[in-house]
Amino acid sequence: MARAGKVKIDRERCKGCALCSAFCPKKIIKPSGDVNSFGYHPAEVRDLKNCTGCGICALVCPDVAIIITRKEEAA
Amino acid sequence: MKILMKGNEAIGEAAVLAGCRYFFGYPITPQTELLEYLSRRLPEAGGVFLQAESEIAAINMVYGAAGAGARVMTSSSGPGLSLKQEGISFLAAAELPCVIVNVMRGGPGLGGIQPSQADYFQATRGGGHGDYRLPVLAPACVQEMVDLTVRAFTLADQYRTPVMILADGLLGQMMEPVELPAAPVNELPAKPWATTGCKGRQKNIINTLYLNPEELEAVNQRLQEKFAAITKKEARAEEYLVENADIIVVAFGIVARIAKEAVKVAHAQGIRAGLVRPVTLWPFPEKILAAAAARAKAVLTVEMNAGQMIEDVRLAVGNERVHFYGRMGGMVPTSKAILEQIRKIGGIVRGKYAVRPA
Amino acid sequence: MANTLFVRPETLTPDPFHYCPGCGHGIIHRLVAEVIDELGVRETTIGVASVGCSVLAYKYFNFDMQQAAHGRAPAVATGIKRVLPDRVVFTYQGDGDLASIGLAEIVHAAARGEKITVIFVNNANYGMTGGQMAPTTLPGQKTTTSPAGRSVDQAGYPIRVSEMLATLDGPAYIARVSIHNPPQIFKAKKAIRKAFETQLRGTGFTLVEVLSSCPTNWGMKPAEAFSWLEKNMLPYFPLGEYKAASGVSQDD
Repeated sequence: MARAGKVKIDRERCKGCALCSAFCPKKIIKPSGDVNSFGYHPAEVRDLKNCTGCGICALVCPDVAIIITRKEEAA
Repeated sequence: MKILMKGNEAIGEAAVLAGCRYFFGYPITPQTELLEYLSRRLPEAGGVFLQAESEIAAINMVYGAAGAGARVMTSSSGPGLSLKQEGISFLAAAELPCVIVNVMRGGPGLGGIQPSQADYFQATRGGGHGDYRLPVLAPACVQEMVDLTVRAFTLADQYRTPVMILADGLLGQMMEPVELPAAPVNELPAKPWATTGCKGRQKNIINTLYLNPEELEAVNQRLQEKFAAITKKEARAEEYLVENADIIVVAFGIVARIAKEAVKVAHAQGIRAGLVRPVTLWPFPEKILAAAAARAKAVLTVEMNAGQMIEDVRLAVGNERVHFYGRMGGMVPTSKAILEQIRKIGGIVRGKYAVRPA
Repeated sequence: MANTLFVRPETLTPDPFHYCPGCGHGIIHRLVAEVIDELGVRETTIGVASVGCSVLAYKYFNFDMQQAAHGRAPAVATGIKRVLPDRVVFTYQGDGDLASIGLAEIVHAAARGEKITVIFVNNANYGMTGGQMAPTTLPGQKTTTSPAGRSVDQAGYPIRVSEMLATLDGPAYIARVSIHNPPQIFKAKKAIRKAFETQLRGTGFTLVEVLSSCPTNWGMKPAEAFSWLEKNMLPYFPLGEYKAASGVSQDD
């Protein structure tokens, strides 16, 4: 069974603390090059196809800026 | 039917009859009988008595309970009231109704346990930090301990404010026959602002923090409007023989009762003396006093302190005519001593009745 | 089939947190909100915010809240709970608020077995006023009022609140948890849930001490701050359940 996840990061809530990047097991979350209206570099998922939807990024996010959906498929 | 009650206990019973079911307090002489009475009485009435770890904790328990919509009371004396001031400022700011009793003792510091009126400034100027006042009611007998306690709860709910009963050790300890209210208060006013759980409505917040100065100024303006309304409507005083009086004696609480006797004797001796007894210390009954003293040649303020209410008396009638007589540290002025002052001001000591200037 | 993990809890308002980037308060707020949602008690909960960084907690939780004076939250919560014994009442306090200025209030609320829940956030400094020494600041830890590091000769030793309160008979549940990594966040939530469940059973006082970070005042990046917490705070403040009344399971 493969798992495909979908991470949605709220750019305006994100303060660029990078805890999600630090804890992402696949290391696919990185700070964005541009800034949000508060002047932070919001996190963005660089390689969504490798996301398993494990939820760790959302778990460690101090700003509830990440919403995750997960798709379970038979292999 | 009248029953014999101690002042402190009368406040307790009156609170229960006024619908108060929660009391948080800490022992301190000379108010401890109030705690002891309610520790028996409140559980009987289905309420909660809780002896707190400190006066600070007690007043903050009052904050929580008042915010939860209950009629609630605390009591203490001088040193304990100083500790409560933090909470009283928060209660005034959050506009939480409650009743706070101060059975005054001599200060400053630990002072003593004998009766005093030295907390007048603390009570009537707010007492804690920030711009606020609270209604202060001053009973002069045990019956008024009952009547003003009931009144205090009404005012508290009506204006959403803490209200203080300012008594003293003499009133707290003395026993007198009292008539209790015939009908206890069973139905309390609705408090839709209270934090009781947000089922079926938006959430309620009880808060005193306003980081935006425009918002905080607006909050202050609203509070000041409320204080102005209370000042306009709630000032009360008792007047005795004030018509055509040459000398107006001003005294509150137990001292007023002693002064009344002196005024009565002075009158019998041909001195036209009268008495104004502020029942509300804040708002101070300045209009009543000013009218009573309009034609008087002298005003004598008598207090159990170094002269605190005298400042409000001067604001009401001007500086020129105002004399002062006071005792401190738990000493109680006698009616004879007050009469002596009246006679002096009246010029009787020199054998001729002519009111002297202050 | 697609399912949504991690939606914003109903118990949090839409307001964005004012906390600094990487501050642990946001995680702990969310854990409390998730537990309140899961227990279905949002409409019967009354929270008490304290003084410190979490002073504005009343904005973020979507239920009735009172804001208390510095250190007095347990007394305020006592007043609420005594009037409304069937409601869920909790305080959310930091270490300066709870372990310094409010020490008397927390000890006596615990000793009385007051049926409230206390979420105690320990980040080893006063955050809101800019990183001063707290009663939980570690020996040698630099703060703005211990610039050479906390000297135990001059400033004494940190207070271990969970251990101290666990000596009392009033508490029914006391645990110390941390949020420095994902497994610990799961455990923290479990403890918070246990504390609220214990309150619902009415068996006594409950407290969860949550070790958290203060990246801004510690002068570290958020991930580094979590590593610092793990390396320095855990040895002084060991994790675990310090008190669990009968009926509360001891295991994870």
